[in-house]
Amino acid sequence: MDRVHTLCRRTFALQNLKRIVAQTQVSRTPVVVQARCMGGHHTPDHWKPIKQVVKEQKNHMDFMPVPEGSWQESFNKTQQKRNLMLAAGALCFGITYTICLYKTGCLELHAYTDFSQFKYKTNGSNEGAASSSSEEVQEDNSNNNAAATPDKGQGDAGESGAAGGIEPDLKDLPEVPQHAQYLLIGAGTATFGAFRAIKSKDPTAKILVIGEESVVPYMRPPLSKELWFNDNKEEVDSLQFKQWNGKKRSIFYEPKEFFADPRTLNTLEKGGIALLTGRKVVKVDASKKKVWLASGETLTYDKCLIATGGKPRNIPVLAKADPEVQKRTVLFRNVEDFKSLDRMTQASESIAIVGGGFLGSELACALGKRGKDTGLRVYQLFPEKGNMGRVLPEYLSKWTTRKVENEGVTVLPNHTVSGASFKDGKVVIATKEGGSVCVDGVVAAVGLEPNIELAQASGLEVDPVNGGYLVNAELEARRDLWVAGDAACFYDMKLGRRRVEHHDHAVVSGRLAGENMTGAAKPYWHQSMFWSDLGPEVGYEAIGIVDSSLPTVAVFAKSTEQDTPKAVVEKTGESLRSETENTASPAPLRTPPPSSPLDSEDYGKGIVFYLNKSKVVVGILLWNTFNKMSIARQVLKDGAKNEDLYEVAKLFDIYDTQSEQSAAGES
Amino acid sequence: MSYCKEEGKDQVIFASKDDMVLPSKAIINLEEDEEDQQPGLILANGDINWDCPCLGGMATGPCGTEFRSAFSCFHYSQAEPKGSDCYDAFLTMQQCMGQYPELYPPAKEQVSEELDQLASASATEDDLAQIPGETPQLQTSEEEKS
Repeated sequence: MDRVHTLCRRTFALQNLKRIVAQTQVSRTPVVVQARCMGGHHTPDHWKPIKQVVKEQKNHMDFMPVPEGSWQESFNKTQQKRNLMLAAGALCFGITYTICLYKTGCLELHAYTDFSQFKYKTNGSNEGAASSSSEEVQEDNSNNNAAATPDKGQGDAGESGAAGGIEPDLKDLPEVPQHAQYLLIGAGTATFGAFRAIKSKDPTAKILVIGEESVVPYMRPPLSKELWFNDNKEEVDSLQFKQWNGKKRSIFYEPKEFFADPRTLNTLEKGGIALLTGRKVVKVDASKKKVWLASGETLTYDKCLIATGGKPRNIPVLAKADPEVQKRTVLFRNVEDFKSLDRMTQASESIAIVGGGFLGSELACALGKRGKDTGLRVYQLFPEKGNMGRVLPEYLSKWTTRKVENEGVTVLPNHTVSGASFKDGKVVIATKEGGSVCVDGVVAAVGLEPNIELAQASGLEVDPVNGGYLVNAELEARRDLWVAGDAACFYDMKLGRRRVEHHDHAVVSGRLAGENMTGAAKPYWHQSMFWSDLGPEVGYEAIGIVDSSLPTVAVFAKSTEQDTPKAVVEKTGESLRSETENTASPAPLRTPPPSSPLDSEDYGKGIVFYLNKSKVVVGILLWNTFNKMSIARQVLKDGAKNEDLYEVAKLFDIYDTQSEQSAAGES
Repeated sequence: MSYCKEEGKDQVIFASKDDMVLPSKAIINLEEDEEDQQPGLILANGDINWDCPCLGGMATGPCGTEFRSAFSCFHYSQAEPKGSDCYDAFLTMQQCMGQYPELYPPAKEQVSEELDQLASASATEDDLAQIPGETPQLQTSEEEKS
C-alpha cells in the first residue's frame, strides 16, 4: 500500500515537471513565474521583456552619475553655505542671550549715576580747590537725583547730554514704583518708628511709605493735649504746639523735604524714605510678596509692614441720627478732626463729649479750659461711674471726675446715650437714665476700631477677642510681613496676647518691627507705657495691663507743688512724656532725715499696682509720680509675686526724698 | 502714720513720709537688662547708636549716610586733635545738606566757621552738635565725656 502511494506521488510530480518545461519553452516571456502560475493561459500583450524594462528605467551602470569638474570647488561651495548658516545661528543666539542677561539683571549697562560720579572726580582733580568745585558737584548731584531741570544739565559738555539719555526722565517714571525693598503701609507713628529703626540698621535702605492721609507722618497726642493749650493761633494753624517750657515743636515728625520722591526712590544710590500720600492698599499677597492699591497699581516688596492704625468708633444712636445731628458730630482721630472741632468750638455755645476714656476726658479738660475764656459749656457723658472708669479703680476714677469738673466740665457719669435729635437748631442728646443735654455740637470719643480691612482680602488672621491682625511675639503675621501699632494683636511673652492703643506702643512696636525687618528677630520685650494729663492737677503714667476690673493695691502720699505734670515737663524739658524716661533713677535704699507727717488723705500722688488672679503685678499706674517708669518696668518684669507691695512702693520714693537730698547736697 | 482702707477689690494705703523713707524690704532687681536699656548716643562698647532719638532725623534723613560717615570719622578719629582728619567727610555732608535748605536751614556762616575750626583742628565733640543746621541734641554718655 505504501509503495503504491509513493509511486503515484512520484508519477504525479514527474508529470507536473514535464508540463512546466513545455510551457516555458512555449511562452518565453519575462514574466515566467506568473505564466507558470497561471498555468496554460496567454501572457497579456502589453507585457515587456525585462531588458527593455531595465533600459527604460535606467537601472543599470550606464546611467550612474559621472563626477565632473573640481571636487575641491564643489566642496568649498557647500562649506561656504554651511558656514553662513552657522554664523547666522551664532548671531541669533548671541543676541537672545544678551537680551536675557540684561533682562534678568546679570548684565548692567552704564548707569547714569556711575557716569556722573566719574565726572565728579575729574572735576575735583582738575580744579583742585574743593570749595570752587562744590557748586558744580552739587549741580551734578542734583542731576543724579533726577530732580534738576533739564536746562541745568545742558550747560555742561556733551557728556552730560549722553548721561541724560540713559537717565530715566522723571515724567516717564510711574508714580508708584514697581518694587519696594521695604514697604510700610500706613503713615502714622508706628511707621515712623519702623523707618527710623530700618534706616539705623540699614543705612542705604529704600523705604516706601504708603499713607491714606494727605500729610506727612505726625504724632497724635498733641491733638487732644498741647494743641488746645496754645494761645498762638498761627502756631495752632501750622500744627505747632508749645511745650510747658515754652519750646515750640511741630506735630510732624519730619518736614516734607525729608521724604524722597517715590518715582526716583529706586534710583537713589544712598537709599531713602519715600512717601506716597492719599493712596490706599487694598490687598497684600504674602506668598507672592505683592500689594494692590485702590487706584489699581500693584507693586512687589522684599519686607512689608502693616501699620494701618484704627478708625474712631461711633455709637449707633449717633450714626443713625438725623443728618443735621450727624453734621454736628465729630469723630475725633486725625488732624482734620482736630481742625473741625477747633472751628466748631469757636462758633458754639455748648458741646457734648460722649465717652469717658482717655480721649474723651482729655478733650473735656481741654474744652473746659477754653470754655473758661469763651463761655463754652462743656458736657461729658459716659456710662461708667467716673472718668477713666475702665482704667482707674473706682475711688480714683470718681476723684478724677471731681478734678475734671474743676476744669469747668459738667460731667454726667452713669449716663448711657439713648437718643439724639435735632430741635430748634440744637442737638438734643437723651440718656437711658432720663437725662438730656441740649448742645451745638457732639464729639464721639467712644474708642477705636483697628483697621483690618486688608485682612479678609489678604487671608490674614484676625484675633477674635482683641481685634487686630494676629501676629507672633516678633510682630510677624507671615514671612516677611509684620504688623505694628494699634492694628497688631501681638504675643507679649510676659503678659500674654494683647493689643495696645497708645502712642508709645506705636513707637515701640514700630521700632521693633523695623529692627526685625532688617533681620533682628527680636521678641516684644520692652514694655511700652502711656500717659495722660487731665488738667493741671492730674497727670499719670502707666505700664502693663491697667484695667479697672483687676484687683489693685495702691500706696498714696500727699500731693505737693512739684508733683503736677507741668512741673515734670518744665524740669526735663521734654514734651512727650515717653521721652523723659531716660532720666529716671531708682530710689536710694538708705534712711533720709526725718520729715513732716502726712496731713492729707488726698489721692494726690501715689502708685497703683494691678494684680492678676495669681497675685502677680501685671500693671502699674504712676499717679502724679514722674520719672519712675524704669523702676515700674523692673517691678513689672519681676512680677513681685511674693512681695509686700507696700515695701515695693518704697522703691518709687513717692516723697522724692532723693531729689530733696541731692538739692540739699548741691546747695 | 500710715493707714489702710479697702474699697471692694481695691486696697488703698496712705503712707506717711516717715514710713516711706525706711529702706524697702522688697527683693526686686532694679538693674535693667540689656534689652531694656535705652542706650544713649554711645553704646557700652564704644560704638555709635544710630537709633538714638537724640539724633533726630540726622542719621535717617536724605543726608544720613554723609552724616554717618562724618560723625563716625570724628568719633573714631585718632588724629590729634580729634577730628582733624575728617575735613572731607564733613565737607561732603555740608554739600549734601546744602541741597535741602528746608530740612537743614542754612546757617552757612556758622557751618563754614565750624568747618574752619575743624580744619584748623580745634574741635571737640561738643562742637559737633552745632555743625548741622538743625542742631540735634547730641548727648554723649558719661563714659564718653570722661
